[in-house]
Amino acid sequence: MDWGLVHAYTPLFVTALRVTLMVSAGGVAAALVVGLLVAIVRLWHVPVLDQLSIAYVEVARNTPSLVQLFFLYFGLPKLGILLSQETCAIVCLAFLGGGYMAEAFRAALVAVPPIQHESAQVLGLTRRQAMRHVVLPQAMAQATPALVANVVFLVKESSVVSGIALADLMYVAKDIIGQSYDTVEALFLLVVAYAIILLPISAVGSAIERRFAYGR
Amino acid sequence: MGAEFLLQGATIKRLLVGLGVTLRISLVSVALSIPFGVLMGVLFTRKNRMLQVVLRAYLNFIRVMPQLVLLYVVFFGSATTLGLNFSGEVASIIVFTLWGAAELGDLVRAALESIPRSQYDSSYVLGLTQRQTFLRVILPQALSRLLPPSVNLVTRIVKTTSLCMLIGVVEVVRVGQQIIDYYRFDYPQGALWTYATLALLYFCICWPLSMLSKWLEGRNTR
Repeated sequence: MDWGLVHAYTPLFVTALRVTLMVSAGGVAAALVVGLLVAIVRLWHVPVLDQLSIAYVEVARNTPSLVQLFFLYFGLPKLGILLSQETCAIVCLAFLGGGYMAEAFRAALVAVPPIQHESAQVLGLTRRQAMRHVVLPQAMAQATPALVANVVFLVKESSVVSGIALADLMYVAKDIIGQSYDTVEALFLLVVAYAIILLPISAVGSAIERRFAYGR
Repeated sequence: MGAEFLLQGATIKRLLVGLGVTLRISLVSVALSIPFGVLMGVLFTRKNRMLQVVLRAYLNFIRVMPQLVLLYVVFFGSATTLGLNFSGEVASIIVFTLWGAAELGDLVRAALESIPRSQYDSSYVLGLTQRQTFLRVILPQALSRLLPPSVNLVTRIVKTTSLCMLIGVVEVVRVGQQIIDYYRFDYPQGALWTYATLALLYFCICWPLSMLSKWLEGRNTR
């Protein structure tokens, strides 16, 4: 390994790291919103939307992210829907992640005992107030380990956006390997960059999981 | 509609051949992951400190790295550093086996550890040998806990094989792109229909597996 080259390529990877972080953060935030909405729709059995949500979750979870991405980026323009690479990447992660987040939220919402809903209602809270102030806070604690695992999953999946030429970590590494054959240096920086992002998130996830395991 | 090309010529046949490659990579990787994963899971439950550290490090590394990064490391890295020129397909199988074995190893560990100590003790008291205890008491219980997440792991592996096209394997997504290119001028809407078809093909494989996993899990909690 040529450390001079590693040093020289580091700025490229720092820029790419920002792209990966930006896409991941956007995707995770949108996926959390989608997931929570879908989970509540399913919990309340909102007519029509309930069935659509079931279909959406199954499609999001049972098709590859790469195919979802290519459909959004190459397929949708044929219908006149043209998205930029960044938007496409974030929408793809939101679609994929929404399905996983929905399941995590739903499992946690279902685990809140029905008496909590009933008591809240007896006390005169509306369904929305009960959800916001009584059920959701309890469910959030339960859902956190699964949500963190999904965040790690989504950051990893964000590497596929290199497939639509968005200059993330994966794309920069691919570029260096293709242009100058500095394979070892590029792969080293790639692995280090992902480790820097994901090891802390994964460590926080295990810590939270251990905390909840003691509580039980 | 602009989707007739999917029924023309050898399009369907070519997609199915591509799907065959996808399934071949998935099945070989799963088949190889099972023995390595079980071995890893059993080693995990040993109280050897050194072994624990090594296995943990391996599991965490594999878990944290995107599968695409692992594909690159094995495909390009082994050629430059070890002089081993794997074909794209072999590199993919190596990566999915490394990944599958690590994930399955953790599942096996969790399943074995979920069996309470009293199950072993009761079996010995009843006069069962160690072998009988494992085969007739521990294994059936561990298996029923192991199966649902393992089936999910298979689904994940099948979906993730789509990344193999990015290191040059001609699997079903790559075949789809070739079909789009071939019909580019006659059917400009090709990309829309082809990617939708690809999603449907994956769905037809992965969805039944997901349902099976859910059903197996429901059987456990009853």
